[in-house]
Amino acid sequence: MSTITENISLKEQFLELYRNKSGEIAANSAPLMNALRDNAIGKLEKLGFPDRKKEDYLYADINSVFRQDLEKSFGEQKINFNIREIFHCDVPHLDTSLLLLVNGRFYNNGQELRELPGGVIAGSMKQAAKDYPEIVEKHYGRYSGNSKDGLVALNTAFAQDGIFVYAPPGVRSEKPVQIVNIMISDTGQMAQHRNLFIEGEDAGLNIVVCDHSLSAHRFLTNSVNEVFAGERAQINLTRIQNEHNGSTQITHSYSHQEAGSHLASNIISLHGGFIRNNVFVKMNGEHAENHSMGLYLADKNQYIDNFVFIDHSSPNCFSNQLYKGVLDDTALGAFTGRILVERDAQKTNAYQSNNSILMTDDARMYSRPQLEIYADDVKCSHGSTLGQLDEDALFYMRSRGINHREARLLLMFAFAHDVIKNIRVKALRERIDHLVNKRLRGELSRCNNCAMQCG
Amino acid sequence: MQKDQDQILNEVTSGEYKFGFYTDIEHDSIAKGLNEEVIRLISGKKDEPDFMLEFRLKAYRHWLTMKMPEWAHLKIPEINYQDQIYYSAPVQKAKLESLDEVDPQLLETFNKLGIPLEEQKHLAGVAVDAVMDSVSVKTTFKETLAELGIIFCSFSEAVREYPDLVRKYMGSVVPYTDNYFAALNSAVFSDGSFCYIPKGVRCPMELSTYFRINAANTGQFERTLIVAEDKSYVSYLEGCTAPMRDENQLHAAIVEIVAMENAEVKYATVQNWYPGNKEGKGGIYNFVTKRGICKGDNSRISWTQIETGSAITWKYPSVILRGHNSTGEFYSVAVTNNHQQADTGTKMIHIGKNTKSIIVSKGISAGVSNNSYRGLVKVLRGAGNARNFSQCDSLLLGDKCGAHTFPYIESANHSAIIEHEATTSKIGEDQIFYCNQRGISTEDAIGLIINGYAKEVLNKLPMEFAVEAQKLLQISLEGSVG
Repeated sequence: MSTITENISLKEQFLELYRNKSGEIAANSAPLMNALRDNAIGKLEKLGFPDRKKEDYLYADINSVFRQDLEKSFGEQKINFNIREIFHCDVPHLDTSLLLLVNGRFYNNGQELRELPGGVIAGSMKQAAKDYPEIVEKHYGRYSGNSKDGLVALNTAFAQDGIFVYAPPGVRSEKPVQIVNIMISDTGQMAQHRNLFIEGEDAGLNIVVCDHSLSAHRFLTNSVNEVFAGERAQINLTRIQNEHNGSTQITHSYSHQEAGSHLASNIISLHGGFIRNNVFVKMNGEHAENHSMGLYLADKNQYIDNFVFIDHSSPNCFSNQLYKGVLDDTALGAFTGRILVERDAQKTNAYQSNNSILMTDDARMYSRPQLEIYADDVKCSHGSTLGQLDEDALFYMRSRGINHREARLLLMFAFAHDVIKNIRVKALRERIDHLVNKRLRGELSRCNNCAMQCG
Repeated sequence: MQKDQDQILNEVTSGEYKFGFYTDIEHDSIAKGLNEEVIRLISGKKDEPDFMLEFRLKAYRHWLTMKMPEWAHLKIPEINYQDQIYYSAPVQKAKLESLDEVDPQLLETFNKLGIPLEEQKHLAGVAVDAVMDSVSVKTTFKETLAELGIIFCSFSEAVREYPDLVRKYMGSVVPYTDNYFAALNSAVFSDGSFCYIPKGVRCPMELSTYFRINAANTGQFERTLIVAEDKSYVSYLEGCTAPMRDENQLHAAIVEIVAMENAEVKYATVQNWYPGNKEGKGGIYNFVTKRGICKGDNSRISWTQIETGSAITWKYPSVILRGHNSTGEFYSVAVTNNHQQADTGTKMIHIGKNTKSIIVSKGISAGVSNNSYRGLVKVLRGAGNARNFSQCDSLLLGDKCGAHTFPYIESANHSAIIEHEATTSKIGEDQIFYCNQRGISTEDAIGLIINGYAKEVLNKLPMEFAVEAQKLLQISLEGSVG
């Protein structure tokens, strides 16, 4: 158990931790991942932890969540639970290839890395770095490398494992790859995993990430996803965040899109005490298309913060951001969206929209829809609204015999569905609709068949 | 077609600054540098009461602990605050009784600027408190205003004659701790205007002040305070032009407005200081803190600004909506050309119930300039039924300039409705084609379109100003046009 002392800065604590544990970290990881560590720790030393004086983290109190008393283990993981018994995913009719991450490590079911039907290779990041070094080296750390965020450097320095998914050129897989990211422990835990999703030319992938916590301890995850979409590749990413409210989840997603590629990502945040999602997209080739969507439903004292940065560095690209959310009780929501159109990115089409509903006077929402434009022949617009449910619509329903509570729920559900309807996998879309409906009714504390009580 | 258009765009955006001249008037300046001694000297030269000196010193000591803000989307060269002159006044021998006694060269300057004091006095019905550099030279219409109980005078005069009022309101809206430049201004402010409208009085004329930076290397630190008592009304105009100068000049002003119950204050600015030459050399650094407070219920404050000048603009006229049912308005046209940089916008802080705010911002960028809108709309917990609408449009002329929008929306009240929209576009080829078809040259068409684009804001200006503002837009962007 590490002790946290108030008077040492977070940065010093982690630098110290790295000095003590770097051998153990490296021994339980892969050489390719180890190669970037020293550089990353140097970066962390320079950048430090983001605080609220940094514009990008204006509303997020990173310091206090990292100061929680959490165990950071880097050796062999001992799991005293039989995950398979506890965990059943409750998405009926959803036929997926399931991968498990437990406390940030790939959960071994006898096979570290396997070839899924159709030719997609998926499994442990650590193993992939050993088995496919030429592929991993080309992409690992390439897209997040220029980040000015100390937390990304922190992840690069400490990450030992994660999920690797590779769709070779031309491979189109309809069957979603489902990554279930579970936090389970008998003490508070910190996990920093690293995922890499690579798609070759003309490939197609559907990836679903589900974040769960299976025990009531405090958890903190600081994960980095790197996504590479080759020319004309298609990728649909859906993430359902449903950890308990004592957990902290910080995700960084760096996507790199080549010409003609199509990337759609949906982040559905249901439960979780402190959630920060950083989404960075680089449009690196012409005619690339990106849809970044998010839905946040927060109550009690949840904090959900989405930060989206779309970098249009090539002409003729299209991007669309849509983030919607409902904030109840004393929940706090934040959204920052930035569209950067670089000098040569003419004929860019970019949209950005953030709509939030506040249910109480104690809930708060901060919204920063931003544009940074250096090219003149572009179409960019953004909009942000903050308000409440439409009184006229409520009245309409009530005058037709629908009670007040039900009418409100219907309106909220319709509001949320705007985001959900963009999820392309039908079974998943229907399932999420169902989950959101339950969440809005306050009935969702866990996925149905799961033996653990996450909520 | 594209090439022609580029060429014309180039021509119309290469207009030179037309107000560049330097009037040779004797100045009473102090040595460069900033320390407590200098502050005591300024205060002494102005014959100020002790509380002012204390205020200045407190502000100065606080300023020493602060750092230059870096969050704005601006590249500001390092400023050597010790290399500035903090006090400069045109030498005036005795107090002037009539216009004839005013230095003829000074009058000439005003004439070049198109502010003939006499004419305005008689024809326009505008009372002008002309500030040249730091000391008020001439105040007109004082008598007329005095009959109604309106106080309109220079800030230093107010400090001497109405110390109680100044003491009560100065720093109440923009405390010296507010930000780096506000602290600097509070320490060294030279002069400015003071305006007090008593209960129930509707000011019969537009009050206006012309600021003009003249002496080389003189930072001008204006301070304006407007207090509108219950049920009063005032419309205040501020216009600026500055002569050409090669070294960068620093300007850090503060404007404070207090509006009591049912009072209404309109504040309009036309800012056309020297923006630097085409290579980005020289130009004014304009770091201004402007803020009004709607203290009483049903009060109203509106800011209208036309920003065409300055090498760097850092300016966020704000309204604190404390009274119930109060309204804040912000209308802005910001034009940047060549190497100019602007980071401007507003803050609307909703505290009272049923408060409303509207923001209309139009940015125009040309050359290699960068133009940012940065605005905060904040609704506090108690601000039930608060309402905000913001619209920020950007127009890009040329492919080397930048237009950015950085809104901040913070709401803590569930009955508040906040809307923000923004678009970025360029002048459409179809629009120009439409004009060409009807015999309007491309050059004229661009002028036409820009004026149409800014109309929504220009309409908010008082008549006299609207004409000047329209001219300014054309001068800053259109060069040969108009």
